[in-house]
Amino acid sequence: MDFEKHYREESGRILATLIRLLGDFDLAEEMLQEAYTVALQTWPAQGIPANPPAWLVSTARHKAIDRLRREQRFAVKQVEIAKTAEVSVSPLSEFEEDMFQDDPLRLIFTCCHPALALESQVALTLRTVCGITTEEISSAFLIPPATMAQRLVRAKRKIRDAGIPYRIPAQESLASRLDAVLLVVYLIFNEGYLASKGSALIRSDLCAEAIRLARVLCQLLPQYAETQGLLGLLLLQDSRRDARTSTAGDLILLEEQDRRLWHEDQIEEGSQLTRQALRRGYTGGYALQAAIAAVHAHAKTAEETDWRQIVGLYDLLLRHQPSPIIEVNRAIAIAMAGPLETGLALLDDLERREELSEFHLLPAARADLLRRLRRIGEAEVAYRRALSLCSNEIECRFLRRRLTELGAAGVL
Amino acid sequence: MQYLLLIYDEEQVWGKMSQAEQGKMYAEYGQFGAEIKQSGNHVAGHQLQPTATATTVRLRDGKRLLTDGPFAETKEQLGGFYLVNAKDLDEAIAIAARIPSARMGSIEVRPLVVPQAPKPA
Repeated sequence: MDFEKHYREESGRILATLIRLLGDFDLAEEMLQEAYTVALQTWPAQGIPANPPAWLVSTARHKAIDRLRREQRFAVKQVEIAKTAEVSVSPLSEFEEDMFQDDPLRLIFTCCHPALALESQVALTLRTVCGITTEEISSAFLIPPATMAQRLVRAKRKIRDAGIPYRIPAQESLASRLDAVLLVVYLIFNEGYLASKGSALIRSDLCAEAIRLARVLCQLLPQYAETQGLLGLLLLQDSRRDARTSTAGDLILLEEQDRRLWHEDQIEEGSQLTRQALRRGYTGGYALQAAIAAVHAHAKTAEETDWRQIVGLYDLLLRHQPSPIIEVNRAIAIAMAGPLETGLALLDDLERREELSEFHLLPAARADLLRRLRRIGEAEVAYRRALSLCSNEIECRFLRRRLTELGAAGVL
Repeated sequence: MQYLLLIYDEEQVWGKMSQAEQGKMYAEYGQFGAEIKQSGNHVAGHQLQPTATATTVRLRDGKRLLTDGPFAETKEQLGGFYLVNAKDLDEAIAIAARIPSARMGSIEVRPLVVPQAPKPA
């Protein structure tokens, strides 16, 4: 049995159940580790039990009782654990099976509770729901492991000390709480898709985890079109992962990518989900962004891209979610739909917005349009401005390359 | 007249004190509390959990905005208080959001210290 694979895929929901039973994140994690240790020692010889998750839950729970008895902690909660442990048998009763199903949702909603800082929500979700180690998370976010460990400790402490309940939110708050969860999933994907710092452009592990989480959410909360929209978006963006960087690790723009390297199966699935989400009358942010990605995905060549449709989708998106960054993307789409000058004029206006003063993709976009219009001197200024704001090494290299190409045009 | 006595100190200083030193302060608080109860001055009083357990609640355009952490605005000042029972943080936040000033100011939601069962020797 591939224990590592099992751990990655199953440990999240087993942990979710243990946290409910034991009422404590740390205790649940420790006891799960001990249960896995016993499994590693005994299963190869004695065979894998019929219901491994139930076995692990049961073993971990017994170990917790042993530990609490040893430490003589006879608070009411611990006595309750002992009672339910004596009653339970393996396989789980039907009632327990139902509870078991809800536990992953309890865990996800708790990790993404809005009383926790967003960065803590992301870290805690990756650690407890996805089973990714603290070291892996800290290296993905380029943060020292000790800092990440502290972040997790504080988050769990707040859950315990401030009384954050381990619960699926009530009906009336479910939709808004789900928004918070989807945002965390989206952030995890984006961190993997386009690193905010440093030289690694893609961290495929994070993208895969985000997609897996989105799938779980679609499965567990089928009534919400938002989750379909998000999964569609992630699949469509991820479908381009093998075409986005050259072998030297350089950035390849969408219009220059080898579309044969795009994953058709993900495009198909992502498009279907997007259509479903939109058909349900939902025109929320993720489904619309997915629709835009789908238009790109269905263009056989960059020249065939239906830019007018993309502009229309950005109009809808802006109405739903006014944002200066979306306005930048819309302006680029308008430029590509033609004429370039119209889009450039919009970008010029946006340059005056204070909230975009640190956004490197704005001068980069202006630079690109100026380059196409052969306004080389202005393009150079814009590329330099973009470089001064850029923090991603791969994007910086790309911008420097463009500058060099301008110079080679002989005008600088 | 009634007065609210607000205790401010450096959390990390308290955190670095030894068990013995903290125990001594708890004893002094116990003494003080008993005295002012005796004298009829005491209405309510309790230790708060550290600011790491705080959540700040604001209501803007009908939407609930939560921030992890204590109140930290320089333009707003302490204006009132409620001490409430709530089964968990969600309920406490829901109550806080209904306070009329949540619409224009900030409500810090801080849990009280719950007396622990004595640890084994």
